[in-house]
Amino acid sequence: MSTLASDATLIAGLQSGDSGAFETLLREYGPRLLRLARRFLPNEEDARDALQDAMVSVTKSIGSFESGSALTTWLHRIVVNSALMKLRTKRRHPEEDIEQYLPRFLEDGHQIIPSTPWTESADSVLEREELRVAVRQAIEKLPDAYRIVLQLRDIEELSTAETAEILGINTNTVKIRLHRARQALRTLLDEHMK
Amino acid sequence: MTPTCQQLIDFLGDYIAGDLPSDRVEGFERHLAKCPSCVAYVASYRETIRITQHTAAVEIEDIPADLLTAILATVTTRK
Repeated sequence: MSTLASDATLIAGLQSGDSGAFETLLREYGPRLLRLARRFLPNEEDARDALQDAMVSVTKSIGSFESGSALTTWLHRIVVNSALMKLRTKRRHPEEDIEQYLPRFLEDGHQIIPSTPWTESADSVLEREELRVAVRQAIEKLPDAYRIVLQLRDIEELSTAETAEILGINTNTVKIRLHRARQALRTLLDEHMK
Repeated sequence: MTPTCQQLIDFLGDYIAGDLPSDRVEGFERHLAKCPSCVAYVASYRETIRITQHTAAVEIEDIPADLLTAILATVTTRK
C-alpha cells in the first residue's frame, strides 16, 4: 500500500483530472478493492460491476475528498457501499435471525447447553476442504449487517473506527455486531469442529 | 466480583481485545479457573477468529487487464 506522501500526489493528480493518476490508482488499489468486492459478492461479474461502479463514484467525488482522510479508508467505503447496493438487488432469500445462533442462559447465568472443547483447529480448516466449505457456508448464513462487520474487522483487518466510518455507524455498534457475528459463527461451526 | 457465565460471554469481545479494566480481567480469570464450559467457549471463540482470518489467506493478484481497460474506458467516457 502507498505511503501517505505518494497518496497525496495521487490525490492531487486525480483531482486535476490526470487519467494517468487514475490508472495508477487502479493498479495500486484495484487488486485489494476487487478482493474486497468479491467478499461481499461471490459472483465474479457482480464483483467486477461493483468495482466499476465504485470507480465511477471515485471520479465524481474525488473533488470533495478531504485531505485529512485516509485514501484507503475512503476507497474501502466507496467499494463497500457499491457492493452493498448490488447485494441488495441480488438477495433472493430472507435473512436468518442471528438470535438463534447466540448462546442462551439460565436465570442463574449458566449456559443452558454447556460448551465442550473443539478437537479441530483453524489449522485443520486450512488442511481440509470440507471444513473450508463449512466455514464459507457458515459465514454466508450470517445476516448482512453482522457478516459485513465480521468481514471488515476479522478478514480485512480494519480497525473498529475505520469500520464504523465506512458503514456510517458508531464504534459501539461495530463492537456489538462483531461480537454477535463471532458468537453466531462459533455456533454454526461447533458441530464441524468437535 | 466473579462474573457469571453470561456476564463473561457477553463481554468476551472486550476481554479478548484487552479493553477491560484489570479488576474485571481478574474476575474473568477467577471464573475461568473453575468453569470448564467457559474455558471451552473462550477457546472456541478465539479459534473462530483465527478461522475467519484464515479465510483471508487469498493471494492478491493484479487487477485483470480486461477489467482495467473497461474501467478506464468507462471513466474516460463519463468525464
